[in-house]
Amino acid sequence: MEQKLHVSSSPHFKGNNSTRRIMLDVIIALCPAAIAACVIFGLRSLVLIAICVATCVLLEYVSRKIMKRDATIGDLSAVVTGLLLALNLPVDINPLIAMFGCLIAIVVVKQMFGGIGMNFVNPALAARIVLLVSFPSAMMHWAPALGAPAAAAIDATTSATPLVAEAGTYSYIDLLLGRCGGSIGEVCAVVLILGGIYLVIRKVISPIIPCVYLATAALMSLIVGLDPLYQLLSGGVLLGAIFMATDYTTSPVTKWGKVIFAVGCGFFTIMLRQFSNMPEGVSFSILLMNILVPLIERATVPRTLGYIKKKKGEQK
Amino acid sequence: MAKTSLIKEFTKGIVKENPVLCLVLGTCPTLAVTTSASNAIGMGVAATAVLVCSNAVISLLRKFIPDKVRIPAYITIIAGFVSVVQMLVKAFAPAINDSLGIYLPLIVVNCIILGRAEMFAGKNPVLPSILDGLGMGVGFTAALLCMGIIREFLGSGSLFGVQLMPVQILIFILPPGGFFVFGMLIMLANKLNSRAGKKVKTSPCDGCPISENCSTKTCEKTVKEAAANAD
Repeated sequence: MEQKLHVSSSPHFKGNNSTRRIMLDVIIALCPAAIAACVIFGLRSLVLIAICVATCVLLEYVSRKIMKRDATIGDLSAVVTGLLLALNLPVDINPLIAMFGCLIAIVVVKQMFGGIGMNFVNPALAARIVLLVSFPSAMMHWAPALGAPAAAAIDATTSATPLVAEAGTYSYIDLLLGRCGGSIGEVCAVVLILGGIYLVIRKVISPIIPCVYLATAALMSLIVGLDPLYQLLSGGVLLGAIFMATDYTTSPVTKWGKVIFAVGCGFFTIMLRQFSNMPEGVSFSILLMNILVPLIERATVPRTLGYIKKKKGEQK
Repeated sequence: MAKTSLIKEFTKGIVKENPVLCLVLGTCPTLAVTTSASNAIGMGVAATAVLVCSNAVISLLRKFIPDKVRIPAYITIIAGFVSVVQMLVKAFAPAINDSLGIYLPLIVVNCIILGRAEMFAGKNPVLPSILDGLGMGVGFTAALLCMGIIREFLGSGSLFGVQLMPVQILIFILPPGGFFVFGMLIMLANKLNSRAGKKVKTSPCDGCPISENCSTKTCEKTVKEAAANAD
């Protein structure tokens, strides 16, 4: 006779969420951007993506092996890091430089601090900044995009990213469809927004961070006298807001923490764009806020259920 | 017996109690001047010279300096030697003077030198103090040289000014790269020390902000007693 009463320990219900599932969703959300990169910059960008992904996975495997820890390449997080890094690079970058970036992202930023979930800044972003500081000329060498306005591509080999181009070179449509210079994944705004919507629908990311980020950036552009829509569509704001700032490990878990985090990101992005000597401020602002996350979380600890706030001056 | 302990005073500064990598003293010049190997050697040699001379003089005067004003007295002695070294460097190696800039006079406040005066020269006879200064100086120079070589090779693709690599990873000669290399070297030094089965021995009062005015020195005593019991 079969037992009718099953005794087992909790949890009794399990969702099918796993790291692998989440990472797969992020990869799916990034696919349109990767395809757009191939269309805009040609098949070279596919080669660059393949190099970055392969290097990241290989380095993750090797470093886990050397440190005598379990292999974690199955959770696909290295693939996401490689993909994000590749989308943040200009298309004609030397593959060796891209591989060095993968080394920084996976070995230095991720595995040295204990692997997935332990990194204190976003690996792909940190790698991009290391590359930007180390190889400024290679990292700011923008190949012209397919169908970019002629005014931007007078020089046959390079074209300006919209942030340093003269006003009026690019229309909003150019920016939306990616007819401008830039990193391979950041130019086409439409596909990034599509990816973001997919992630929100799949509940992989909460819409708080991207929305507040973009709203703050728009508000700040108004305050400092820039065109808000142009600022949001150009450069890496969308890529950063949707895919970089929402990284689980390096963004706050509390609701108000997320808001503070996103406001900081948006504020510093526009401040750096307007007042620093670099054309782009997205990576630096997100990196700065990443470092502040532990403090933000400590400041926004939610009230425990049933806990009554003590009055000032009350003893015990 | 006496001979081995003298040798020990000299060698302890090189690996076991390396001032930069194990005691983490003198971090400012370590990070600031190691953008090239020749800078690192210049800084190391200048600091070693000051360290040996000041250790010797402070050790000689240790019975005459009143306890209450010993820090100003030590600083005065150190500053005197730094001035001498600075004038010598200006006269005989103006290139190094230019590249070290403000960090050369700042040897006065290098905590390795004051630290050794306070921890060692103020309590010990002349010969061990000189050897201690020499060992610490060599350890300091070696650590600086390691950092200088790594940072110059990766950051400017050269060694002692000779171009070797076409690729330059600029971040290594910028401050973040300095901190990164510094961290890596500390990791290596800890690894070496732990592999040899020796722990980095420092007095618990080192680096304690109130150790100067601490009359009881209980921390030091308890550790000493524990060590005696263990023996």
